[in-house]
Amino acid sequence: MASIRVVHYLNQFFGQIGGEDKADITPFSKDGPVGPGTVLEKALGDDMPIVGTVICGDTYFNENLENATEEVITLVASFKPDLLIAGPAFNAGRYGMACGAVCAAIQEKLKIPVVTGMYEENPGADMYKKEVYIVKTGNSAAQMRTAVPALARLATRLVKGEVMGSPAEEGYLARGIRKNIFHEQRGSARAVEMLLKKLKGEPFTTEYPMPVFDRVSPRPAIKDLSKAKIALVTSGGIVPKGNPDRIESSSASKFGRYDISGINDLTEETFETAHGGYDPVYANKDADRVLPVDVMRKLEREGKIGKLHDVYYVTVGNGTSVANAKKYANAIGQELKQEKVDGIILTST
Amino acid sequence: MVKELEEVVDVPVVHVCTVVPISLTVGANRIDPAVAIPHPLGNPQLNRDEEFALRTSIVEKALKALSTDVNEQTVF
Repeated sequence: MASIRVVHYLNQFFGQIGGEDKADITPFSKDGPVGPGTVLEKALGDDMPIVGTVICGDTYFNENLENATEEVITLVASFKPDLLIAGPAFNAGRYGMACGAVCAAIQEKLKIPVVTGMYEENPGADMYKKEVYIVKTGNSAAQMRTAVPALARLATRLVKGEVMGSPAEEGYLARGIRKNIFHEQRGSARAVEMLLKKLKGEPFTTEYPMPVFDRVSPRPAIKDLSKAKIALVTSGGIVPKGNPDRIESSSASKFGRYDISGINDLTEETFETAHGGYDPVYANKDADRVLPVDVMRKLEREGKIGKLHDVYYVTVGNGTSVANAKKYANAIGQELKQEKVDGIILTST
Repeated sequence: MVKELEEVVDVPVVHVCTVVPISLTVGANRIDPAVAIPHPLGNPQLNRDEEFALRTSIVEKALKALSTDVNEQTVF
């Protein structure tokens, strides 16, 4: 059989261009595999060479979704591929969004099989799992060794047109597709078995998982801003200079609360960012760019808001699990509730 | 975080962020689009006054979001 031409999509980091300082680079391509592509090509086998790699900075992609997608499509198409593999992106949010968007667009425009890989909590997974096959990976690049063979396996099956099994069998994220099958046991018997297991407290697998509606109803608006106490919260890692609580630059294990009463402006000398997931130059120079204390003070002086709450809360949203984000927000929320704030501005990077 | 804060504190929360699709996926009810990932409320290309004015406009939009009733996810 003729060889299958594979194109690989990577971000600036895995594309070996650089870290956050290079996250702004526009898409470009290289012949052959780059970085993890070398291992991926080995896993794919001799008849599936990676003919080209398309690389784009995560920040550029996410800030210019439409243009970036178009540019990437053109570059990918120039290799005349039979298959596109993106990532894996693990738990990197912007990278996951890019991999998902690229896969969805290539699948639609070039009508070729696409596959990517990411951690199930990656926002890109939620956004694109219904459209594209996303192989379930661990949450960090440390799991590259297990992620690559899984990606290669699914990609091979897809491109060869083999019958795809269930998400659990194949290791991809459920796409919400239901298939009719003949089961050797009738439904009533299976239901009774399941019920008996449930009663005994034994593990069982449902055949019809209920969708999780994880939504919160919007709270009513603030009636009179000029009397309202507004709190600032950020996942952008803004901390007093020196990071006194040592909030980690990724996978933060805690949040911080810092008193800003009497502070009118965040300066280069007094505040900085602890966040390791974006280029820190701009926030270190002027942290108001992430946590707008200066503007809030001005609006407070002008009487447009009643008061800026004396304390702000911060964590680093970088590779943070949903469970931890929820836990920190719950603790922060309990305090803000006691302090009777009327509204919250949450800034994210 | 945005959902948990709204639920626990029981007051409106506005999410100021650059990548709006992520915020929509996560489930924020009030969304205020920002400038760029490393400087959501600023732009280092501008001079000091221009940048302050830009930041003021984003914060004012956030306040407008907090003082506007919404029934569903809304991008301001």
